[in-house]
Amino acid sequence: MHMKIAASVAMCALATMALVPSTHHSAGGTVAGKVTYTGTAPKMKQIDMAKEPSCAKQHATPVMNESVVAGEGNTLGDVVVYISAGGAPSAVPSTPVTFEQKGCQYLPHVLPMQAGQQLEIKNDDQTSHNIHPMSQVNPEWNKSQPPGAPPIQTTYAKPEFIPVKCNVHPWMHGYFAVLNTSHSTVSGSNGTYSLSGLPPGKYTVTAWQERFGTQSQEVTIAGSETAKLDFSLKATEY
Amino acid sequence: MSRVAYRIPSITASISFLLIAASAGVAQTIHGLPREGRGGDTKVNTRVGRPAAGKQEYTRYCAGCHGDHGDGVGENAQWIEPRPRDFTQAVFKCRSTLSGSLPTDQDLINTVRRGIVNSNMPQWRPLPDQMQADLVAYIKTFSPRWATEKAGTPVEIPPETPVTTESILAGRAMFQKFECWKCHGTAGRGDGPSASSLTDSKDQPIHPYDFTTGTRFKCGTTNADLYRIFMTGLDGTPMASFADNIKGDQGWDLVHYLRTLQPIRTPESILWKSWLATHASELKPIGPESGGR
Ligand code: HEC
Ligand code: HEC
Repeated sequence: MHMKIAASVAMCALATMALVPSTHHSAGGTVAGKVTYTGTAPKMKQIDMAKEPSCAKQHATPVMNESVVAGEGNTLGDVVVYISAGGAPSAVPSTPVTFEQKGCQYLPHVLPMQAGQQLEIKNDDQTSHNIHPMSQVNPEWNKSQPPGAPPIQTTYAKPEFIPVKCNVHPWMHGYFAVLNTSHSTVSGSNGTYSLSGLPPGKYTVTAWQERFGTQSQEVTIAGSETAKLDFSLKATEY
Repeated sequence: MSRVAYRIPSITASISFLLIAASAGVAQTIHGLPREGRGGDTKVNTRVGRPAAGKQEYTRYCAGCHGDHGDGVGENAQWIEPRPRDFTQAVFKCRSTLSGSLPTDQDLINTVRRGIVNSNMPQWRPLPDQMQADLVAYIKTFSPRWATEKAGTPVEIPPETPVTTESILAGRAMFQKFECWKCHGTAGRGDGPSASSLTDSKDQPIHPYDFTTGTRFKCGTTNADLYRIFMTGLDGTPMASFADNIKGDQGWDLVHYLRTLQPIRTPESILWKSWLATHASELKPIGPESGGR
């Protein structure tokens, strides 16, 4: 309780200094919209988990590859939408983000975080996974996590989109989106997203999809309004 | 980069090495001015390695494979599998330090002296110690990581425990529990269910170590080397670090079991053979259906 008050006092002090309370998302404006694609999205293949029965039996319905989450009306899910420029530098959130291995899948498939933010990696499965984030900018590591092992606690120091894989289960694929900002989100399966808590200012908003690349747009926030900003990415076959 | 990988049988490999050594010698006369080193001097014990001195030797002995810019694409690299290391990433297989951290200077010197079995990386033991230190100092100039990061702390290796049947059996249970068999195979032949799909971080196919034909490892030969290998993992490959989950003396149990899989006479293999002669039927097979003993 006392901690909380102290924290908000510190926050306000910071806010007046920098004019931007960064991790404090309740006040301020919002950017919201929908992510769609043009062209033909590649068909996602069904994943065969027969080699890992303890995972296969957790799925009642077929499990599909998650590289492109295309919906009705060309909507696009699992797109990272974030503030790539503008505003004051945001303070690193004190809450960790969690990456879970469950049913031999990554939850979530793509996980945004700010550089320096605590990342917690859990294994809920009855099989060993190895977590192998294939970073290029940050140091590359590869760790085994057997069933029941404690979560792996780590951080990434530099912004980078890092493909993550498990070498034991080659169908497991995900991404860590390490960003310079705490203002980030992932579009839902219907393509919608919302970034709230933006102090007045001019921003560049970027949408990133692992196959279809990025698109950036400018937006200006004056107060507590919601600015509408849709993204349209070009589908690439592969 | 072409993804076609050529397997070079060992005789051709040695011939091609001679060619490589010869062409590297030629390369030396062509390449220009010394590159400004990013890393500083390298201290190994009392010896100081100097990057400026290492540059010449590097161009002469190493650039043919590792490239003038240390990016692993020297003129001979395309014929070689596994590919020569790209030093610009500063990701190394053989370390005494935890996964994701830089190796110590001593680790790099050890690799240069030892060479890498089952690869085209030669032993450089004949080179004078000072030259080895200079070479290591020079290869550290290729990645900015060396200027901003310190080498990791070495993994602690406790004194080896006695080789006993109990220890081997405990190690066997670990081989099952930590699912080494998924890549290395139930008998250690490198033919586990995940083996065929493996690639390294440069997207090149890579094969799990075959214990039944291998006597030496890329990263050493001793029991302590073996302990270190599965604790640190081989960065840049599917071989992960197990240091978070294997602790202290437990690691020796796994070492003792792995030694029974190899085609060499070791205290472990002698003891295991005699135990198996009368107890083989008590063992459950390693693999998906099993839980160790
Ligand atoms: C004939 C080609 C060839 C030459 C010449 C060569 N190397 Fe290598 N080197 C390799 C290959 C191939 C690898 C990767 C082996 C592997 O990944 O298993 C390697 C890997 C390495 C590594 C990385 C080890 C690790 O832990 O990842 C170092 C360090 C190294 N070489 C240093 C040198 C130095 C110093 C020289 C010159 C004195 C040299 N190499 C000359 C082929 C060569
Ligand atoms: C995801 C697959 C995978 C799993 C699981 C795995 N390994 Fe490996 N291992 C590899 C690969 C691939 C290599 C070869 C790396 C190389 O050649 O650079 C390797 C190499 C090795 C080596 C030889 C290293 C050297 O220096 O030559 C040892 C020893 C080893 N593994 C032990 C283990 C043990 C013990 C376990 C279980 C605790 C284990 N491995 C689990 C894939 C795996």
